Amino acid sequence: MCLAVPTMLTEKREDHGTVELAGVSREVSLLLVPEAQVGDYLLVHAGYGIAVLDQGEAQRTLSLLNEIASASLDT
Amino acid sequence: MSGASSYRNPPVVAGLLDRVRRLAVGRAPLRFMEFCGGHTHAIAEYGLRSLLPDNVRLSSGPGCPVCVTASGEVDAAIALAARPGVTVATFGDMMRVPGTAGSLSDARASGADVRVVYSPRDALEIARACPAAEVVFLGVGFETTAPVVAAAVLEAEASGVSNFSVLSLHKLTPPAMRAVLDAGEVRLDGIIGPGHVSAVLGSEAWGFLPRDYRLGCAVAGFEPTDVVSAVVALVEMVAGEEPAVVNAYGRAVTAAGNRVALQMLEQVFAPADREWRGLGFVPNSGLQLRPEYADWDAGLRFDIRPYSAPEPPGCRCGEVLRGVIEPRQCPLFGRACSPASPVGPCMVSSEGACAAHYSEAEEQ
Ligand code: SF4
Repeated sequence: MCLAVPTMLTEKREDHGTVELAGVSREVSLLLVPEAQVGDYLLVHAGYGIAVLDQGEAQRTLSLLNEIASASLDT
Repeated sequence: MSGASSYRNPPVVAGLLDRVRRLAVGRAPLRFMEFCGGHTHAIAEYGLRSLLPDNVRLSSGPGCPVCVTASGEVDAAIALAARPGVTVATFGDMMRVPGTAGSLSDARASGADVRVVYSPRDALEIARACPAAEVVFLGVGFETTAPVVAAAVLEAEASGVSNFSVLSLHKLTPPAMRAVLDAGEVRLDGIIGPGHVSAVLGSEAWGFLPRDYRLGCAVAGFEPTDVVSAVVALVEMVAGEEPAVVNAYGRAVTAAGNRVALQMLEQVFAPADREWRGLGFVPNSGLQLRPEYADWDAGLRFDIRPYSAPEPPGCRCGEVLRGVIEPRQCPLFGRACSPASPVGPCMVSSEGACAAHYSEAEEQ
């Protein structure tokens, strides 16, 4: 129930915006994530953005996981 | 880059599982609890349980909001829906949860006005569109959902919508985690921390686990690599390092959480004692509307209070939610109780442990 899917913010109008997921646009409230900018990925829960995904962290996590995984398989 | 596929990459999942195997080899059995129903669902969906080594077990916890909604709370919602002129709006997951005399879905079938909405704002819209109706939104959910409902109450206040109110059944996760551990019924070696609860609360909220219980906690996202990398972190902590809170969901979770959301939650709600299915009354484990927002408090407006009510006969959801038994240890599992005809809420929600184990058994 705490399901929240990452979606890209494509438009921002004050405390509202439009996000797009798999080609479908949806209205979203930005009241809880006022810092969100167009192009950001948001976690959207029950019609509200609840977090802006940190792309730098996302990149770091992916490379770290790759490293751990290949180090384990290579030894 | 934020696409889910990067976090489902099979070679990476395989490599992480290999790491778990190497770290766990020769160890006494390890048992981790995934607090969150979203993790229970993901673990079943990706078949992760069977991919972990035999001595690493995952048990479900009380983190399925629908499952922990007490029978008496469902009864209160049904009683509200039975009032003339009242429209109850709820997330779809709640529809089939059994109270003592049926579910909201049954109530709707017998004529009550119960509507499924995706967002509390949809309920607000219904209230705007039908000024003659009293629209009550069922506030179910944890710290992820409560700020969203708080925001809707503030929107109702700002736009002067007075025929909208909230029956707050919201619950708080850290007190429930403590209740499970304090009961001392299960021996655990670490906790997979809830990802979206922590996006709001912050990973620091779990600092009490290493501090008070000497348990490691890895906050995780919901993709296969997220869950397995959290297991890697937990086994690593058991293997030597000090228990700590590891944030394995850095793209969504910060140490301090979403301050705007927390501030809104605190503006509208105050902590209250709350009954949990399976845990009983847990002090300060729920949220009620503050007196300043009494006008939007459906409990006050309609003088309805959830009372303690018995669980469905034979259902052992309570023990499942505390990690004391596995779903298949319930004599009704897969016999009298299945997703098509659920006896208890743990079989209703796809995040419930019984439903998740049922779908795993189907796949095998
Ligand atoms: S299998 Fe059904 S009856 Fe048994 S604990 Fe789970 S939900 Fe309750």
